[in-house]
Amino acid sequence: MDQPPAIELRGLSRHFGERTALRQVSLRVPPGATVAVLGHNGAGKSTLLRILATLLRPHAGEVAVLGEPLPRRAFAIRGRIGLLAHEPLLYRDLSGRENLRYHARLHGVGRQRVERLLAAVGMEARADEPVRALSRGMVQRLAVCRAVLHEPSVLLLDEPRANLDPAAGELVEPLIGRATGATRVLTSHDPEAALAEADLVLGLRQGRAAFAGPVAELDRRRLAELYA
Amino acid sequence: MSTVLTVLRKDMLLELRSLETVPAMVLFSIATFVIFHFGLNRATIDGQLAAGVLTVTLLFAALLGVNRLFVAEREQGGFDAFLLAPVDRSALLVAKAAALFAFLAMLEVVAVPAFGVLLLGPSLGPPLLGLIAVLALADLALAVIGTLVSAIAVQSRARDLIGPLIGLPLLIPALIATARAAGPLLAVHGSGSPPGKWVAVLALYDLVFALLAYAVFDFLLED
Repeated sequence: MDQPPAIELRGLSRHFGERTALRQVSLRVPPGATVAVLGHNGAGKSTLLRILATLLRPHAGEVAVLGEPLPRRAFAIRGRIGLLAHEPLLYRDLSGRENLRYHARLHGVGRQRVERLLAAVGMEARADEPVRALSRGMVQRLAVCRAVLHEPSVLLLDEPRANLDPAAGELVEPLIGRATGATRVLTSHDPEAALAEADLVLGLRQGRAAFAGPVAELDRRRLAELYA
Repeated sequence: MSTVLTVLRKDMLLELRSLETVPAMVLFSIATFVIFHFGLNRATIDGQLAAGVLTVTLLFAALLGVNRLFVAEREQGGFDAFLLAPVDRSALLVAKAAALFAFLAMLEVVAVPAFGVLLLGPSLGPPLLGLIAVLALADLALAVIGTLVSAIAVQSRARDLIGPLIGLPLLIPALIATARAAGPLLAVHGSGSPPGKWVAVLALYDLVFALLAYAVFDFLLED
C-alpha cells in the first residue's frame, strides 16, 4: 500500500491580479523524498514554496502538507516546516546569535541548539557581529541555521546554496541535505545540481506543470524544453 | 505571553541598535514646541490651549513611530519569519502595541518637561500625577490605533501617507478626550486631578479599539 504523501497538490492555482503564477499544478511527494522544482525565472517556483510554507493562500485546488489541508490547518504544521527563502529573514541590526535566539524562542527551541548550529556552520567567531556586517555567504549560513532550528519534517529550499562557496556548501550539507531525512522541495538555477540530489522533478513553465515525475523519466530533451 | 515578550524584547533591541524612532520623535516634539512658542507669539500658555498644543504635538510625534513600527518586519522578512512560527498571530499586535507604548513613554519623559520649560506657564509639579494618568491612557489609544494602522500601511507603497490618512481621523475622539482631560490640569491654579468624564471616555475608547484591533489583526496578516 502507498505511503500517505508528505506533500500533495491537486489542481493548485494561484493568481496575482491578472497574472497567473500557478495553474492546475498537481504533485505527490512521498515522505523523505526530494523534489526539484525547475523552470525559468517567474515560472512559479517561489510562489509554490510560499504556498507550501503557508505564507500564501492557494486560489484554487487542494494542497496538503504532512496530511494537513492548507490553508485551513496551517497552524498545525507551521512548526514542522522550514523555509530557506531568497531573503534570509534575519534582522540586519541584530547579530547572528541574537537573530537565531529570537527565532528559537518563537519555535520553542533551546539556546543549546542555536550554539550547536552556529558551530556546525562555522559561525561561532562571527556570531555576535550585526548581520549587516557579514558577507552574503555568512548570512546564507545563518539563514540555513534559522530554517532548520526546529528540525522541520519538510524543508522548502529556494536556491539553498546561493552565495555559498564549496567549503560552506559542505558545512550546510548535513543540515539541509538528504541525510536530514526531511521531505525536501528545492529550487535551483542549476538544474544539473538540483537533479543530482532529487527523486522527483516538477518542471514549471509559465505556472503550468510541464513535467512532473521521477528524475529518471526526465530526459535531456524534456529538460531543455523547460528552459526553452 | 512569552511570544509577546520575545517580540517586544527584539523590538527594543532593534531600537537600541538603530536609534531610528525615539530620537526622531523627541527632536520633532521639541522643534514643534519651539515653533509654537514663536508662532503663538506668547511666552507662556496654560489651560486648554496648553493641553491642545501638548496633545497635538505628541500625536504628530507618535505618527513618526507609527510609520516605522513594521518597517523592519516588511523590509527584513520579519513578517514571514513570524508567520512561519507556530505562535498566536495576535501576539504580534500586542507586542507591537507595547513597543509603541514604550516609545511614547520614552518620548514623554523628555518632551513633557521640555514643554514645561519652553511653553507652559503653570508649574508641572502639582498636576503631574494626573497628567501621567491621562497621557498613559492617550498612549494606549495611540499604541493600539497606531499598530493597526501601521500594519495596514506597511503593505502599501504609500505607507507614509496611509498611516496619517487613516490614523488621524480614527484618533480624533482620543485627541478630544485627552485635551479635555488635560486642560484643567494645565490651568493656572488648576485642578490636581483630571475630569472623570473625559478620563472615562478615553478609557472606553481604549477598550473598544483594543478589542476591535484584536478581532481584525489576524486578517491583516493574511496575503
